[in-house]
Amino acid sequence: MLATAIIMFREVLEAALIIAIVLGASRGIVGRGRWVATGIGLGLLGASIVAILAAEISSAFSGNGQAILDAGILLSAVAMLTWHNVWMSAHGRQLAAELSAVGADVQTGKRPLAALLVITLVAVMREGSEAVLFLWAIAAGGAQNASMVMGGVGGVVAGVLVGLLLYHGLLRIPARHFFSITSWLILLLAAGLAAQAAGFLNQAGLLPALGNTVWNTSHILSQTSLTGQFLHILVGYVARPSGIQLVFYVGTLMTILLLMRSKGGGRMARVRAGEGAPRTSD
Amino acid sequence: MLFRSLLAVGLSGAFALSCPVLAADSLPVLVIHGQQFEPGELALPAGTKLKLVIRNQDPLPAEFESSDLSREVLVPANGEVTIYVGPLEPGRYQFFNDFNRAMQGTVVAKGN
Repeated sequence: MLATAIIMFREVLEAALIIAIVLGASRGIVGRGRWVATGIGLGLLGASIVAILAAEISSAFSGNGQAILDAGILLSAVAMLTWHNVWMSAHGRQLAAELSAVGADVQTGKRPLAALLVITLVAVMREGSEAVLFLWAIAAGGAQNASMVMGGVGGVVAGVLVGLLLYHGLLRIPARHFFSITSWLILLLAAGLAAQAAGFLNQAGLLPALGNTVWNTSHILSQTSLTGQFLHILVGYVARPSGIQLVFYVGTLMTILLLMRSKGGGRMARVRAGEGAPRTSD
Repeated sequence: MLFRSLLAVGLSGAFALSCPVLAADSLPVLVIHGQQFEPGELALPAGTKLKLVIRNQDPLPAEFESSDLSREVLVPANGEVTIYVGPLEPGRYQFFNDFNRAMQGTVVAKGN
């Protein structure tokens, strides 16, 4: 039962953390709750479809269907996170000002609500399909597996709770630092997801590895440990990164920063650009 | 400096990509049977890119995962998938089933 709970917790964690960050980062944008909820609903639907078609997807593209699907999902999340951050760099200061006025609405600009929907959708869909398959296999085992199903549900609840904790933690950040911190979180999240996508494209044989192990820190922090997994999701920590993953990580980071600077141009963008290198690059 | 070493690995990676892939009948196979990997220690040649078949003979789905190899793939119940591995440096690479973490194995890459 506990083993099942832990597996489900790990599957749910990535989606929960991503949703917590985008919910935090989109604070003050009217209507975001509805869009995020729709994203979760569609994501669960998509996850079930992927789970049902798992065998067919696996055999597509001469056995590389899954890797290509995963890479596509991840890259669309990266695109949406980029859009979100660029929009926020243009409107974040105004949002921050209006956060002080309780219940104030933001009236300007094309709001990145569709981006919120797509990010939640793909976050839920990617890990959700594995969770659905796993629970399904257990449930098919019959009555003796009832406690394992309970464990699985417990794991899902625990994952959602950690997401809620992160969200409420983010809300405690003072308003004047809030959006520069959430946009850093989104920046690192996007870079990490891009690196994951590169890994899948390499897995499918579509990209060269450019060196399989540029460095190896698994003896310091294993990527499969809980801390390792948290850092993997949040900032893209990889214990044994390949060259192509580094290229995607740094490339995404630079691209988003440049776009934020060119569209934002305000004080926040300059502060962000001056805050130095992310932790994962050492 | 970093750029130069990245360029160097880039060139060697591109070179490896152009190497011919092994013929289909000689693909290494990793079997999942009775919630065990067979063989538990899979020997693969180092320094070459190759295809690996993962065949699941159990009625449960598995998720072959390895942060060492940077691979993650669902293997449906009674199904099989093919993934690319390498080119690997000689050494040991852990892998496991994310749906049953007690199920573990190692790829041992050996030079010629």
